[in-house]
Amino acid sequence: MSSAQSPLRRTRNLGASHSGTGHFWRERITAAALVPLSLWFLYAVLGLAGTNVVTALRFLALPWNALLMAAFVLTALYHAALGLQVVIDDYVHTAGSKILLFLLVRISVIAAGSVSLFALLRIAAF
Amino acid sequence: MADTPQTPGNPAAGRPLSPHMTIYRWPATMMTSITHRITGVGLSLGILILAWWLIAISNGPDGWNAFHAVMNTPPGLLVLFGIAWALGYHLLSGLRHLAWDLGYGFDKKLSERNSVLIFGLSFLVAAGIFVLVWTGHAGYLQ
Repeated sequence: MSSAQSPLRRTRNLGASHSGTGHFWRERITAAALVPLSLWFLYAVLGLAGTNVVTALRFLALPWNALLMAAFVLTALYHAALGLQVVIDDYVHTAGSKILLFLLVRISVIAAGSVSLFALLRIAAF
Repeated sequence: MADTPQTPGNPAAGRPLSPHMTIYRWPATMMTSITHRITGVGLSLGILILAWWLIAISNGPDGWNAFHAVMNTPPGLLVLFGIAWALGYHLLSGLRHLAWDLGYGFDKKLSERNSVLIFGLSFLVAAGIFVLVWTGHAGYLQ
């Protein structure tokens, strides 16, 4: 029953699950952050619904709105990546497909994040 | 030799099997659990529409019109309603998950009742958003 790995080391990093409770904890932190961010997002989208592009550009060009939108998109993407990883872990059992799907999720998340940030920068410079 | 081989997990072997999901009556909590996951996957795809919306706005009037030309159609509005409902649902159900993580709300009767409540409220949120838009109460940032 003895192990070269101390219990602390195992808890901190590489236990049987390879990563300890980090994934669980990050999912909860991003979830908690998304509660106020989602409410702000609903306020923003409802306020812009049925208006015009000039209103949307003016609103999103304001620093606080640009920051909150960036925070919402990035936090939501991070939370989505963590959640989708659990879904893949639960239903995909072959190593090849699993790695492929993880890659697909990560690439999509980075792509969607980059596109959104670029759009917000472009709007701010408008 | 025509007998079915006595392998573990073979129903013909006469051994009790672990009950399968399909034989259960679906309690409300089971529905909310799987719906939380489905709405999560749906919202992940919804962020792609959000990214498109932001790019469309940054493209000026042409982008804005192109976005509305696609989303202001029956299938587009259905997708938007789905996202509105999924966001309302995942937010409410997510709050319950956070409460569970803190140790609250595990009582059987209470969690059954909350499940029904979450379903009902999520549809109210989605319907409310659409009613606000259609009755002209949205667009207040103009």
